[in-house]
Amino acid sequence: MKIDLTDTTASKINKALVQGRRAIGTPAVGMVLTLVIVTDEENAYDALKAAGDASHEHPSRTLVVVKRVSRSPRDRTASRLDAEVRVGADAGTGETVILRLYGEVAGHAQSVVLPLLLPDAPVVVWWPVNAPLDPASDPLGALAQRRVTDTYASEQPVRDLTSRADTYTPGDTDLSWTRITPWRSMLAAALDQVVCEVETVEVEGEEFNPSCELLAMWLADRLDVPVKRSLSSGPGLTAVRMHTDSGPIVLDRADGSLATLSIQGQPDRAVALKRRDTAELIAEELRRLDPDDTYASALRFGVDRLNAPAAVAAVPSGEVESSAKGARAGDETAGEGVAEAAGQEAAAQASVKKKAAAK
Amino acid sequence: MAPTAGSGANPLRDPADRRLPRIAGPSGLVIFGVTGDLSRKKLMPAVYDLANRGLLPPGFSLVGFARREWQNEDFAQEVHDAVKEHARTPFREEVWQQLIQGMRFVQGTFDDDEAFERLRGTIEELDKAQGTGGNFAFYLSVPPRSFPVVIQQLKKHGLADQTGGSWRRAVIEKPFGHDLKSAEALNTTVEEVFAPDQVFRIDHYLGKETVQNILALRFANTMFEPIWNRSFVDHVQITMAEDIGIGGRAGYYDGIGAARDVIQNHLLQLMALTAMEEPSSFDADALAAEKTKVLGAVRLPKDLGRDTVRGQYAAGWQGGEKAVGYLQEDGIDPKSKTDTYAAIKVEVDNRRWAGVPFYLRTGKRLGRRVTEIAVVFQRAPHSPFDHTATEELGKNAIVIRVQPDEGVTVRFGSKVPGTSMEIRDVSMDFAYGESFTESSPEAYERLILDVLLGDSNLFPRTEEVELSWKILDPIEEYWDTNGKPAQYPSGTWGPVEADEMLERDGRSWRRP
Repeated sequence: MKIDLTDTTASKINKALVQGRRAIGTPAVGMVLTLVIVTDEENAYDALKAAGDASHEHPSRTLVVVKRVSRSPRDRTASRLDAEVRVGADAGTGETVILRLYGEVAGHAQSVVLPLLLPDAPVVVWWPVNAPLDPASDPLGALAQRRVTDTYASEQPVRDLTSRADTYTPGDTDLSWTRITPWRSMLAAALDQVVCEVETVEVEGEEFNPSCELLAMWLADRLDVPVKRSLSSGPGLTAVRMHTDSGPIVLDRADGSLATLSIQGQPDRAVALKRRDTAELIAEELRRLDPDDTYASALRFGVDRLNAPAAVAAVPSGEVESSAKGARAGDETAGEGVAEAAGQEAAAQASVKKKAAAK
Repeated sequence: MAPTAGSGANPLRDPADRRLPRIAGPSGLVIFGVTGDLSRKKLMPAVYDLANRGLLPPGFSLVGFARREWQNEDFAQEVHDAVKEHARTPFREEVWQQLIQGMRFVQGTFDDDEAFERLRGTIEELDKAQGTGGNFAFYLSVPPRSFPVVIQQLKKHGLADQTGGSWRRAVIEKPFGHDLKSAEALNTTVEEVFAPDQVFRIDHYLGKETVQNILALRFANTMFEPIWNRSFVDHVQITMAEDIGIGGRAGYYDGIGAARDVIQNHLLQLMALTAMEEPSSFDADALAAEKTKVLGAVRLPKDLGRDTVRGQYAAGWQGGEKAVGYLQEDGIDPKSKTDTYAAIKVEVDNRRWAGVPFYLRTGKRLGRRVTEIAVVFQRAPHSPFDHTATEELGKNAIVIRVQPDEGVTVRFGSKVPGTSMEIRDVSMDFAYGESFTESSPEAYERLILDVLLGDSNLFPRTEEVELSWKILDPIEEYWDTNGKPAQYPSGTWGPVEADEMLERDGRSWRRP
């Protein structure tokens, strides 16, 4: 059932929701959360479709906030709220309200969203595109326990990662991080199978894909070893190579769906690592609404600290030079030793940083 | 083969990282009786669903063992068809490609030594080709009489030997014997080959989300536990009803009956979870300790003739279809005394439950398929409303709907809108399908994963099985020597004797 409201208010929308529910005969509300999607008109359809699919796993009230672009000074001063209320079969397993904000009210979306939130249920805000630089202090973001961004969809993903790290607030999360869960669990499973010390790691994937950086930072953060990020033509992540004291462990996915896991001394094995669609990512994201400390820790490791030892070999800049010297002073072997020492130093910094962050 | 590292040693594992699922270590599953219904409808789809959810280790291997003349490819095709038809999650080619590499079939009968040698060869080959690390679980989906043979064969061919840090586990399905003696014999047979902590008894009810939710409901909340005792609870009814007859299972069912088939395992387990004290932690030992305590405290009624009822379905109409009676089913002795319906009353002798009866009932060809636990509360000790106002008010109840339509219902009285004061029962409903995913994992998915992980939380232990038989055996003995089953028309809620049994206590059965 669909109810169209033009030039309306939040209380009229609430009435329409009740009316819609009565009309289809299901007064009971079993929804577990409110999902607020903040988007522009051109991404609204895809985002809503993904949210609709995810609502099969998480029945929710979905509020789509579409800020319309004003094209004249007259438009900018006029202010109007249009709403499309969908309940029943048209709205997945929950309720959907599409809010179109024109003119001045577009700057005060939170005043429309606040009265429409489900009582006593968690709120998740998702920006499929154009996420604010500081999600937690965004007026809409401030309403939510969970703020989902997607750096993959941004113009300069790697730079965005840095600003996400600076403004990180518990409850922030990013779909680029969600995308690598299968990789992370497979790599963890691989390390379950061999007793070894990881020495260096290489993460290979397409350019402008922040998932590669996040995976690299996570590995660097957890393993305390130098991690190199190298480029390939994709799709997405293509390989992770871990060099260990008992031979290499390689997880290689050339085609974006079936990967091969090779471990020294063990047969090669095929593992399914399909690139997942947005609905699955959102469903995973909604499964846990507590702060993701692992993400925070990986994010704060810092993009700039990846590739450090590789820089030694290539173009020694002043900063790297000094850190390499420092390493050489207390170390015995060349090459590997440098890399390792640099890694350890980085790790020490990281742990200091982590402690600071924990406060 | 490289030994497996404990998860503690793995720097990529972090308890705070809650996105990473529990993936089983390198391992394989060997299914005996792989051509059977259970295997096709439940086990194979569950294995696929687990793989699809990324919960199986790379190189996971599935070995089928059966008499049929199949090649590996035929087996793979069979699994493929079973998965397509019964799996919960959509079919994805790359997941299938991952699984198919580890699929093998071993042809043979259970007494065929050569076949078991071939099985050992297959397992060794898989260790090399798939890196399963010697870790294998043997799923015995076989008739009870074949248990000892298969177990002995496993021992004889060294398949149960755990070497160099690897594990071998046995998974067995009910029935776990047909009385205390046979259960003990079975336990002895299994446990002389497999260590007790490597034996997993599947009671698929315990794998169900709703059953696990009993613990969450009781021990994670504050509003239920304070009234979960004899001061407030009037009685508890646990029902498992089926609408089908015995189907083609005459050979198995006759002589076993509803009480042994259902009450001994499922219903007593549900009762233990409902009545047990809070475990000190959520690990297998603590849970088993509490369940064992409750089962040990169960007291049977003095007069078994008065407080137990058994029945047999007679011809009748079941949901619009004509159904034949039990005694007319193919392969059933017309003089059979096997029960297709059983209702018993037991009490739990402890401070929390003294004097509160637990009514357990199960039956075939009842009104509809339903399993539920109803905790029925006492009436309010005093009512300020006059008698006519509360005439339609029943007792408050909390009903845990185990299946179908999983959820919890709370029933209480509410004022009927209008000028006069009239109070009537209403219900407040929580449905899993409404608040959570449409497709909760199947019980078998959870249980197979737990076997591979070695997590025995959801599996009844030897003591629990033996205690359950101790509860049921006196009843079965009484039934053997006294009277015969009451007849009830198919499609109804059981024999009138069962209604009378509750009426004598001033209560009545819920219509589930």
